[in-house]
Amino acid sequence: MSLVHEIDYGTPASLSEKTVTLTVDGKQITVPEGTSIMRAAMDGGVEIPKLCATDMLDSYGSCRICLVEIEGRGGTPASCTTPAMEGMVVHTQTERLQAIRKGVMELYVSDHPIGHDIEAGTGASEFDKTIKQVGLTEVRYDMHGRNHVIAQNGAINPDFVEKDESNPYFTFDSSQCIVCSRCVRACEEVQGTFALTIEGRGFEARVRSGAAEPFLESECVSCGACVQACPTDALREKSVLEKGMPTSSEITTCAYCGVGCSFKAEMQGEEVIRMVPYKDGKANRGHSCVKGRFAWTYATHRDRILNPMVREKISDPWREVSWDEAISHIANEFRRIQDKYGRSSIGGITSSRCTNEETFLVQKLVRQVMGNNNVDTCARVCHSPTGYGLKSTFGTSAGTQDFDSVEHTDTVLIIGANPTDGHPVFASRLKKRLRQGARLIVIDPRRTDIVRSPHIQADYHLPLRPGTNVAVITAMAHVIVTEGLFNEQFIRERCDWSEFEDYAEFVSEKRHSPEEVEKLSGVPADLIRNAARLYARGGNSAIYYGLGVTEHSQGSTTVIAIANIAMLTGNIGRPGVGVNPLRGQNNVQGSCDMGSFPHEFPGYRHISDDATRSVYESLWGVTLDEEPGLRIPNMLDAAVDGSFKGLYVQGEDILQSDPNTQHVAAGLEAMECVVVHDLFLNETANYAHVFLPGSTFLEKDGTFTNSERRINRVRKVMAPKNGYADWEITQLMARAMGFDWNYTHPTEIMDEIAATTPSFAGVNYDLLEREGSVQWPCNEKAPLGTPVMHIGGFVRGKGKLIRTEYVATDEKTGPRFPLLLTTGRILSQYNVGAQTRRTENVHWHEEDRLEIHPHDAEDRGIRDGDWVRIKSRAGETTLRALITDRVATGVVYTTFHHPDTQANVVTTDYSDWATNCPEYKVTAVQVGPSNGPSDWQEEYDALARRNRRISGRLEAAE
Amino acid sequence: MTVQPTRTDIPARTAAVISEYRGLEGPLLPILHGLQEEFGYVPQESYQVIADTLNLSRAEVFGVVSFYHDFRKAPAGRHVLKLCQAEACQSMGSDKVAAKIKQLLGIDFHETASDGSVTLEPVYCLGLCACSPSAMLDGELIGRVGDDEIGEMLEVIRT
Repeated sequence: MSLVHEIDYGTPASLSEKTVTLTVDGKQITVPEGTSIMRAAMDGGVEIPKLCATDMLDSYGSCRICLVEIEGRGGTPASCTTPAMEGMVVHTQTERLQAIRKGVMELYVSDHPIGHDIEAGTGASEFDKTIKQVGLTEVRYDMHGRNHVIAQNGAINPDFVEKDESNPYFTFDSSQCIVCSRCVRACEEVQGTFALTIEGRGFEARVRSGAAEPFLESECVSCGACVQACPTDALREKSVLEKGMPTSSEITTCAYCGVGCSFKAEMQGEEVIRMVPYKDGKANRGHSCVKGRFAWTYATHRDRILNPMVREKISDPWREVSWDEAISHIANEFRRIQDKYGRSSIGGITSSRCTNEETFLVQKLVRQVMGNNNVDTCARVCHSPTGYGLKSTFGTSAGTQDFDSVEHTDTVLIIGANPTDGHPVFASRLKKRLRQGARLIVIDPRRTDIVRSPHIQADYHLPLRPGTNVAVITAMAHVIVTEGLFNEQFIRERCDWSEFEDYAEFVSEKRHSPEEVEKLSGVPADLIRNAARLYARGGNSAIYYGLGVTEHSQGSTTVIAIANIAMLTGNIGRPGVGVNPLRGQNNVQGSCDMGSFPHEFPGYRHISDDATRSVYESLWGVTLDEEPGLRIPNMLDAAVDGSFKGLYVQGEDILQSDPNTQHVAAGLEAMECVVVHDLFLNETANYAHVFLPGSTFLEKDGTFTNSERRINRVRKVMAPKNGYADWEITQLMARAMGFDWNYTHPTEIMDEIAATTPSFAGVNYDLLEREGSVQWPCNEKAPLGTPVMHIGGFVRGKGKLIRTEYVATDEKTGPRFPLLLTTGRILSQYNVGAQTRRTENVHWHEEDRLEIHPHDAEDRGIRDGDWVRIKSRAGETTLRALITDRVATGVVYTTFHHPDTQANVVTTDYSDWATNCPEYKVTAVQVGPSNGPSDWQEEYDALARRNRRISGRLEAAE
Repeated sequence: MTVQPTRTDIPARTAAVISEYRGLEGPLLPILHGLQEEFGYVPQESYQVIADTLNLSRAEVFGVVSFYHDFRKAPAGRHVLKLCQAEACQSMGSDKVAAKIKQLLGIDFHETASDGSVTLEPVYCLGLCACSPSAMLDGELIGRVGDDEIGEMLEVIRT
C-alpha cells in the first residue's frame, strides 16, 4: 500500500463545453474554455510551481511563483489567473522565469523562521517542495523577520504570536505562515464559515482566527479545510506533528452521518495518522467536517471492549469469555428460548452504522436462521416515514437527487433539518450555492444557523409550532393550487389528472388557507403565501428535509405532503430539483435498502410477495415466514407481555435512542437473552446477557449507502482489534445455529445481494473499484447507477397525489405541561455520542443544554446556566438552561448526545400512524428550577455502574 | 473629552450608530467611522454587534478594522498629533521635527502620554506637500512646522 496521490490542478475545472487548444512547453493541450493556463498545463502533465493556488479554491494570483511567458504578450503573467486562449503559446521554464521565481521564493524563505536548508515542520509541505522545484539553494537575507522570532535585538518582539494550540486537533504557527490566504479562502469558499481573516497589511499582515482570538474561541468549526489548504506547516494536524507524515493510504468512507464523505485514511503501518477528505469523493468533493476529519480516535479509545463477555443475570458482573464460548452460549440460548416460547420469541435489530453486507447478514440471520421476520432497524426511529411516504407517492423509498444537484438549484426549501449541524458537508455545498444567489425558505421551529449566518440569509423562515408540519405544507399547496401556480403540463403528463382534481379540491378548502393555518401553526399567513409562491415560481426548486419532518405522529403524512408540492410544481426528475431526505446515519439508507424492516426484503419488496420470497427460499434452502414480524416497539411490548425473550442488537443503543427510556428498559429487563454487539458498553448493554465486541469502519471491508443512494466502498485499513469484522461475527452465530454460511469476503455478500435484488443487480466490487461509487438503481437499465431518479416518469408509473389531512398530535400542551419540547443535534457531537464523546470533540459540547426563550425563562425564574427540571407525562430529567431567542416562546429545545441527560426519558410513546416512527419532536413539558439530577438519573447512574462491572477488573475511575 | 464607556453600554451605543448608516451601500466603513467618532476608538465589543447586523463574521469585521491604521483599538489621548513622515516632508526635515516632539513629549510614535494628554502618530502624506513639513493636530492642518509651531502645539496640548 502506498500513499494515494491526488493531483492538484491549481484552479477549479471550467464547466464550459467549448474547448480551446494551446501549446505549453511545446505540448498541444485542449481544455474547456475558461480553464486557467495553470490547470491546462497540469492537464498536459506540465506542473507549474505555485503557492497560493489550489484547485479547491478560486484563483487568487498573489504568490507570483506561477508566472509564465506567453508568446506575443509582454511581461510574465500569473498562470493561475490567466485563462487559456486558442492558439496561445506558453513557456513555463525559461531562464527569466526561473530567475524571478527564485528571487520571489528567496523572499518567502526569508520570512520563514528556519530557512531553506533545514526543513521546517514536517519537511513535507508544499512550501518545502516548491523550494526544491524552483531550485533555490541559498538565501541572501537573514531569517529574523519581525513576526516569527520571539525577541529582536534582545527586546521582546510585540509582533511575535505564540503558536496557537487551542484547537485539540491542529496547531496554527503564525511564524511559519506565508500569508497566501489559502486558509482564509478555504474557510470562506469551501466551508462558508468566514472564521479566518488577514489582520493588518504589508509586513504586519497575518492570518487570524476570529477577532484575533485562539482558534477554539473563534467562529471556527474545525472542519479542517484550512489545514488541508495550507501549503506550509503553519496549520498542521497535531497527530502529524507528533508522529510524522503518513506513509500509506486507502480510500474509505466516513462512518458518521448520511452525507457519506470519502476520505483518504492515511497511515503509518496499521496506525491511522489522519483522515483527509478525498477530492474525487462524489458526495463531499474534497470537503469534510470536524467529525469525519478528526473525531475518529474512538476507534482506539480505552473504553472499547475487545473480548466477548457473558453473564447469567444482568445484575452479575461481566465475565470475559472466548469467542467460541460466547457464540455457542448465544446459539444455545436462542434455540432454548425458541423451543420454550416459540419460533417468534426472538429477533434482531440491524445497524445503520454497519455496512450493507453486515446488515444483509443480520436480516438473513433473522429470516433464514431464526425463521421469523422479527427484524427492525434504527431507521424505525428516524426515516421510516420517508420510506412509506416516498414509496406511496413516487414508488421508491429514497431521495431523488445526488448532492451535485444543489449546484443547479435556484430555490431551496429546508424543512425540519439543521444541515449546518447534522449534515455539515452538504451544508457547505448548499451555502456555496446560496452565496451564488439561490433563494432559501426554511420551515423550522428554531432559528437554525442556515436561517441566518455570515453571507447566508433565508428569504422566508417559517417558525411553526412543533407538530404542525402537515398543516403548513398543505397550506402551501393551497396557495399553489388556488393561485394557479401549479405546473399543469407536468401533472397531466406525469400524474393522474383525476387524482389531481381530487387533491386540488381538498387543498382548496378554506380550512387549508394560510389564514386558517396561521391560527394553529403560529406562522403568519403572509409568510406561508410568499414561501409557496417562491417555491412554485423560483426556477429549479429543491426540498431537503430531516427528522423534523419524520419524527412526528404525522411523519408519513408530511412526507406525502412534501412529495405532493414537488409534483404540483413539476420539481421532480431533473438536476437541481427533487425531494431529498437528509439521512441521519452513514448507512441508514443502506440498512433500509437491505431489508431491515419486518415486512420487507432487500430492495423494498414486501414479504408477502411470493415471487420475491421464492428467490430467497430457493437460495437459502428454507421456507420463509410470509407474515411481517415485529417492529422495535412491538418487540418491547411483547417482551413486557412475556412472549418475546431474545434479541440480537447490532450496533444500536436502543435504550438511549428510542423513546420512553423507562419502557425500553422494562422490555429489555423482561428478556432472557439480550445480545449486544457494539464497540462500547453502551446503555443498552446494561440490560444485556452477552456482549460481543464490534469492529470499527476502519477494520473491515464493505459498503455504505448515503443519503443520495450512493454506494461507497469502506476499506479495511487495520486488523480488527476485537478479532473479527462484524459480518464474520454474524456468520459465526449462523453457523453455531446450524446454517453453513461460508462467506470469505464481503464482496461475496454483495454478489448475493446483487443476484437477489433488482435495484442492485449491477453492483459489484469491481464496478465500485472502477467508478469509485454508484447510485442505485444500478442494473441493466442503468449500468453506472442513477444520479437523478424519476426522469421522464415515476418509478411507480404515475406520481400519486394523496390527500393530507392534518390531525393534531395527541401530545398537547395544557396547564401542567405548557411548553413544547423538540430535540436535535449539534455539529461536534453525533447522536447518542458513543463515539464523539470519546474524542476531543467534547471541547465543543460538554453537556446537553435546554434552550429556552428569555420570556419563558423569566416567567420561571430561570437564569442562563441554571439547572432546570424538565418534566413530561412520561418522565423527568434535569439539565442546564441556555437562554436564547433561537427558539420561539412556548418552545424549548435540547440535544440528546449525553447519556446522563437522558432526554428520551421525557419523550412519549406517541408515534407515526403509518410506521411507528416515534414522535421525538413534540413533547409537552413543564420546566422549572432544579437542584440537581432527578431520581431516575441517580438510580440509573447507580444501575449503569453496577451493570458495567467486569470481573477481574477494577472499576475504571471516572 | 471622550469618556471611557462602560462595557455594558457599548452594544447599545454601537447599535445606535449602526442604525444611522446601515441603509448605505457598503455600510461597514461608515459604521466604523461613526463608532470611532462615538467612542474615540472602535471597541472590540462592537465587532459582534456589527457582524450580527450586517451578517458578516466577527473575523471579517476585525480584518477590516485592522487594515486601516486610522481605526483605533483603544481610546486616544485628549489630543491627537499626526506628523507627516512621507517623502516630501522628510526632505524638508520632518524626521528632525518628529525627534524633537518625541523628546518634548517623552513618547514615541503610536504612544499616548502618561497623563493622557496626547497621542502621537506618524501619517503618510496629508496632501500638504507644498507646506512641508506638515502636521495635523486634532484634525487641524499645520504647515511649515518649525520651532514656533511646535511650541504652539505643545501649549494647546498642555492646557
